[in-house]
Amino acid sequence: MGGYEFDLWVFMLAAFLGFQLIRGVSPLLHTPLMSLTNAISAITVVGAILLTGEREATTLSRILGFSAVFLAVLNVVSGYLITDRMLKMFKKREPAKK
Amino acid sequence: MRLDDTLLPLLYMLAAIGFILAIKWLGSPATARRGVVVGEIGMLLAVVGTLLRFEVVNYQWILIAFFLGAAVGVPIAYIMPMTAVPQRTAFSHACGALASALIGTAEYYKDLNQGGLTKVVMIALIVETLLGFLTFTASMMAFGKLQEVLAQRPITFKGQNFLNLGVFAAAAGIGVALIVSPEQTVLFPLFAALALLFGVLLIIPIGGADMPTVIALLNSYAGLSASAMGFVLNNKLLIVAGALDGSSGFILAIIMCRAMNRSFSNVLFGAFGQLQTTAAAGGEAKPVHSASPEEAAQILDSARNVVVIPGYGMAVAQAQHKLREMFDMLTKRGVDVRFAIHPVAGRMPGHMNVLLAEADVPYDKLWEMDDINPEMSNVDVALIIGANDVVNPGAETDPKSAIAGMPIIQAYKARTVMVIKRSMNPGFAGIDNELYYRDNTLMLFGDAKAFLSSVVKELGALTKV
Repeated sequence: MGGYEFDLWVFMLAAFLGFQLIRGVSPLLHTPLMSLTNAISAITVVGAILLTGEREATTLSRILGFSAVFLAVLNVVSGYLITDRMLKMFKKREPAKK
Repeated sequence: MRLDDTLLPLLYMLAAIGFILAIKWLGSPATARRGVVVGEIGMLLAVVGTLLRFEVVNYQWILIAFFLGAAVGVPIAYIMPMTAVPQRTAFSHACGALASALIGTAEYYKDLNQGGLTKVVMIALIVETLLGFLTFTASMMAFGKLQEVLAQRPITFKGQNFLNLGVFAAAAGIGVALIVSPEQTVLFPLFAALALLFGVLLIIPIGGADMPTVIALLNSYAGLSASAMGFVLNNKLLIVAGALDGSSGFILAIIMCRAMNRSFSNVLFGAFGQLQTTAAAGGEAKPVHSASPEEAAQILDSARNVVVIPGYGMAVAQAQHKLREMFDMLTKRGVDVRFAIHPVAGRMPGHMNVLLAEADVPYDKLWEMDDINPEMSNVDVALIIGANDVVNPGAETDPKSAIAGMPIIQAYKARTVMVIKRSMNPGFAGIDNELYYRDNTLMLFGDAKAFLSSVVKELGALTKV
């Protein structure tokens, strides 16, 4: 099985898994869901690190990679923190009244 | 065998499991925060694993970028008000998509010199950069509209769809040419420019009411771009994480479209609300019933149950905290108060829920449209705050309406309907709402926040007597 064929299978299965998982998320949490998946998609930081950290990287590679690391880390950090900040606000009952 | 040949695939696999569990646990409020933690651990494993790879030798720039990214990201996450969540989301889609596009660009030039450009890699690269660049500008445009730097109204002109299609076809055509013969380096900047231009054109005709769908769609594109990067780098973790994000955004977009009874193409190319604006403006002023805060407070106080229907207007007026005060007072006086949330209320999926949660409204009081509608005929008072189209009975009765067939919250079934609204101007989509002219409807004219604080004051006065 060729490399790309295997990759396509992985993609297909992951997409279906994604569909199933997302359908289980209550509409109540759609906004945090979107922040979370956005933070997860900042996994592109992996590609950015590989590009920037290479020994013989050209200046162009280094600049583009550096910018990409910056942007991806910005997304990871703010994405996770704000998701948590939002989720902290969802409370079931009010704190016991006097 | 080097250490990272055995360890690295394991770390990446654990990271993928972390992401999958993160989304799974986000499914319910009880486990959601655990989901964030496991997602963070996944990301940490992926980053540490990548830093340990033997190809990565030059750390200084990476660390500087880490530091800068965190220095900008942390304040954004903590300082930003909850009402700005849609803008922030659009902005972060722009960041993610740009990162992806930049990496794709660098990979293209690198592999061109080193000769790693097979057909498959080139196809993936073109998909990655096309989606990356167009999502970047489209998200920045969406950000501009949500931040109200740009006009929120859809802007249309003659031949718009033709132009958009032409630009996209040109970008795709050049993309194919690059796949066929990647060494045509002149074409690449042109390709990037066309993709960037298409992103701008795509959002110009989109109005604020369609933002929930569009944001979800851009979320999907950013994820698919990351997934395509996984094909370029032959990295399964990127493929999985990108596919999760891609399918998530796609499903949300479908849910939003269904909640408006419209198709994707109608949202993207329909320039919603344009035709209706002129038609509604010419209409005769019909009589309406209005009420003062005092009367409103009395009606609310004598009700057994109240359903509040919030919309984007509540977010604009920042009225959620006053609303919560009213909720407290009425609850204390034995009135059952619930909130009915339409899927497309606000500017992104779940927007209203977050604002009400921020104001400490318990989430078991937030009801979905399909759950509340069967109960609406037993409701004493429906209080509509800054919502318009999502309660417009015209969607059910008038087949010629621009929103015909859109599922609505059936506020009109309540015994009394109260609408807080600034004036009788038609709402964002410019569609007149017959609900306002009904005999059981009371218009409460004023700013939502100011009006609610008067109501709260009146309710307080009732307590003392």
